[in-house]
Amino acid sequence: MEDAAVASEEYVAPDGPRIEQLDSVVIRFAGDSGDGMQLTGDRFTSETAGLGNDLATLPNFPAEIRAPQGTLPGVSSFQLHFADHDVLTPGDAPDVLVAMNPAALKANLGDLPRGMTLIVNTDEFSKRNLSKVGYALSPLDDGTLDSYRVHAVPLTSLTVEALKEFGLSRKDAERAKNMFALGLLCWLYHRPTEATERFLTRKFGAKPQILAANLAALKAGWAFGETTESFAVSYQIAPAPAPAGKYRNVTGNTALAYGLVAAAHRSGLRLVLGSYPITPASDILHTLSGLKRFGITTIQAEDEISAIGAALGASYGGAIGVTTTSGPGLALKSETIGLAVSLELPLVIVDVQRGGPSTGLPTKTEQSDLLQAMFGRNGESPVPVIAPRSPADCFDAAIEAVRVATTYRTPVLLLSDGYLANGSEPWRLPGVDSLPRLQVEFTREPNAVTGTGAAVFRPYDRDPDTLARPWAIPGTPGLEHRIGGIEKADGTGEISYDPDNHDHMVRLRQAKIDGIDVPLLEVDDPTGNAGVLVIGWGSTYGPIAAGARAARQAGIAVATAHLRHLNPFPVNTGEVLKRYRRVLIPEMNLGQLALLLRARYLVDARGYNQVRGLPFSSGEIADAITKLAQEPLS
Amino acid sequence: MTTDLGLPAFDAGRSGLDLVPALDPDAAKQTRKDFTSDAEVRWCPGCGDYAILAAVQGFMPELGIKRENVVCISGIGCSSRFPYYLDTYGLHSIHGRAPAIATGLVTSRPDLNVWVITGDGDALSIGGNHLIHALRRNVNLTILLFNNRIYGLTKGQYSPTSEPGKVTKSTPAGSVDTPFNPVSLALGAEASFVARTLDSDRKHLTSVLRQAVEHRGAALVEIYQNCPIFNDGAFDVLKDRDEAAARLVRLEHGQPIRFGAQGERGVIRAADGSLQIADVSEVGVDAVLVHDAHQSNPAVQFALSRLDEATLSHVPIGVLRSVTRPTYDDLVRAQVDGAIEAKGGRATDDDLAALLAGNDTWSVGT
Repeated sequence: MEDAAVASEEYVAPDGPRIEQLDSVVIRFAGDSGDGMQLTGDRFTSETAGLGNDLATLPNFPAEIRAPQGTLPGVSSFQLHFADHDVLTPGDAPDVLVAMNPAALKANLGDLPRGMTLIVNTDEFSKRNLSKVGYALSPLDDGTLDSYRVHAVPLTSLTVEALKEFGLSRKDAERAKNMFALGLLCWLYHRPTEATERFLTRKFGAKPQILAANLAALKAGWAFGETTESFAVSYQIAPAPAPAGKYRNVTGNTALAYGLVAAAHRSGLRLVLGSYPITPASDILHTLSGLKRFGITTIQAEDEISAIGAALGASYGGAIGVTTTSGPGLALKSETIGLAVSLELPLVIVDVQRGGPSTGLPTKTEQSDLLQAMFGRNGESPVPVIAPRSPADCFDAAIEAVRVATTYRTPVLLLSDGYLANGSEPWRLPGVDSLPRLQVEFTREPNAVTGTGAAVFRPYDRDPDTLARPWAIPGTPGLEHRIGGIEKADGTGEISYDPDNHDHMVRLRQAKIDGIDVPLLEVDDPTGNAGVLVIGWGSTYGPIAAGARAARQAGIAVATAHLRHLNPFPVNTGEVLKRYRRVLIPEMNLGQLALLLRARYLVDARGYNQVRGLPFSSGEIADAITKLAQEPLS
Repeated sequence: MTTDLGLPAFDAGRSGLDLVPALDPDAAKQTRKDFTSDAEVRWCPGCGDYAILAAVQGFMPELGIKRENVVCISGIGCSSRFPYYLDTYGLHSIHGRAPAIATGLVTSRPDLNVWVITGDGDALSIGGNHLIHALRRNVNLTILLFNNRIYGLTKGQYSPTSEPGKVTKSTPAGSVDTPFNPVSLALGAEASFVARTLDSDRKHLTSVLRQAVEHRGAALVEIYQNCPIFNDGAFDVLKDRDEAAARLVRLEHGQPIRFGAQGERGVIRAADGSLQIADVSEVGVDAVLVHDAHQSNPAVQFALSRLDEATLSHVPIGVLRSVTRPTYDDLVRAQVDGAIEAKGGRATDDDLAALLAGNDTWSVGT
């Protein structure tokens, strides 16, 4: 199993604590929302990435900004899986749990397998904090933790003690305890701290006292690990083999924003984002707002509808119009997407999916907007749907969305999700030259001649290959024309209520989307004799690949395939599905892709479904594969 | 936290057409015909929209700008068919959303002269949010709000400007809604230019349009417009010569606010600070309020807008407010252009590579 922490080698250093070599570790930092766990996780991730380990992360936090302190709803956690080999998921279960208070311990202990390591901030285990989460006795004393390797560390008071020379209030000093914990973990796993020191200098450069305190807390944590006898062993994890190149760590939201910037850069068009803040998509707005230097315009609109309206208006004027949102916002944008379908203008709609229905689970992940993306509009209004499969893949998927939108003059739905948005992984930086060059040509001249020989512009004449209509932007002399949401006559674009014309136009718009050039579906079937095909889409890629790997190690022949394009499907999708006796479709919904594939290809595909707001674990997928493979054929 | 925007000094003298390309000096003079499309006009006979269309088509040539740089964006409703009849670029969008779409277009294309055509239902009901935000942002748009106080295209339901008690298909016992006064609403929404005119008064309409287009920023022009089918005669009292003189309060910047056939009535400020109507002969000429459309504090302009009542007893028309302040689209562009200039020009491949790499990278096998 890829997720097990296996000590492969052990030796005692001549002058220091024992160092063990591990091939893989999963660490979970857990604390109160205000404890800085996300920052701590981010920094540990960054140091780990810099060492060349492969990794995947899973931030998990409540929707409330500051839930009541010390309570279970206020617990925020960050899980990191890093290894000396390729990592596909953030890990099924932690090997190490850092619990900053009793609530964090109680909320996360159930996930920690027995025998694993627990680092606890004992200072927070006061009677009051214990009672807030229903502990009658301290679990540190009552035997609850006997089957774990417990390091009870008074993190808060050690931090305050280390910072006493800085003249901070006790409250301010306590706030640096996450840096103390980070320093300790960095020592324990042989991570450097230089990048974090640079980060802190950038962040607190204007507040020298706070900067000095955070740096001191970081160093004190490291020194505590090195000098105390509490930690007799420290661990090393060798770099993972990876293709040569320059790497960085990246979250899905950042990668998606950068993909949009890169697409604009390669197309020579300006990019205009219309957006309304919504979790978990807002970071794309934040990132793009800071990139004006790349010719990016961002408009924070008064609502979701206005946001997509502004984007569509910009597209009409010749920019790449983009809007970013999450499920509830997509619902509000439906009518304007329909208008874009009718106007046949390029537009990119990014939906970072979260738990639904309604407000649902704003900070948790789900894949339940697929059918909304496909069908959530009035009338026959087909829209291409593209889904990235990992945080770094959001970059390429965003470029692909812009390619499809501009080539085919259509709104495109890009379905990310909360797990991709906030999760991160190492990303091999692409050369700018290697990125697709997006050729976009505006129409400058009339495209038809009347019976009397006059040159005219017909806004709904189509390119014979792509069926795309001309993109003639205001300011182009001689091409003045009117378009709108009312049905248009084929070619001329004039208002038409003619029955045959409407039937023709509905079919034309469908044919244009059906004909989009989409790469073939690739199948990974190492033995060539798999009885089960696992097919997925979006962020289940990692868990499916890891689950299939585990099943194969257990001797089950299983094939995998992953759909990036959900509309249209790759042309070989039906053929691939029919090649396998059994098809399994894991989804974080109740079977939306399964519905589409079963309806379209008449295959008896089985769903494996969870809507817990969390990604699948690889173990769950492996079990589902095993169960299906062992089921007798009917 | 706020920051000094650090943008170029505001130039209050800029026209709404400032960045829109003018006709070439040797180009043929434009005529009304150049702005008339081939589409057959399909409003009901006697609709006030015909008069507004004719006024706009007749007025556009005098702007002296390139026709291809004019864009007309509408929502849904009878008035929203307007773009089809102008031979410019036109976008007939969806209900209430024209200001949102226009905001995206104007912000990204300063070279366009953009009009929003909307009605009382489109702008004030389903699109109310977009309207007030376009006004407060001061997007460089000319917004023509055709107010006929009824839903026409859906065949005669009451609208957000219908008078209380209005009996319609959807209010057989009379409407219990309190109506909006569009001019008051616009003033409350921080609009920098607010005017009212009549479909039937071509000269006044054209004069108001001229000032609205010249204004750099969001210009809201309410046009009282007759619906001959579902609300016929709604504004007849303003069209009858004798009645009109007694009811229409014609506002002109810098002029005393007097009305009536002989100018015998005037607007005065009462002891309690409110505005009231008085006989000039009683209060004296000096007591009559002088209209100041440029006053930055909109309190008096708002008070003028409240003289209006559902009965149309005193209806201020003309430009209530015209003040200059930076437009949203100019500021957005200044930030983007400033960021580009500060880095010495458009982003290069190297700049993009540096962005993608960020601050923390590592190398494998190189």
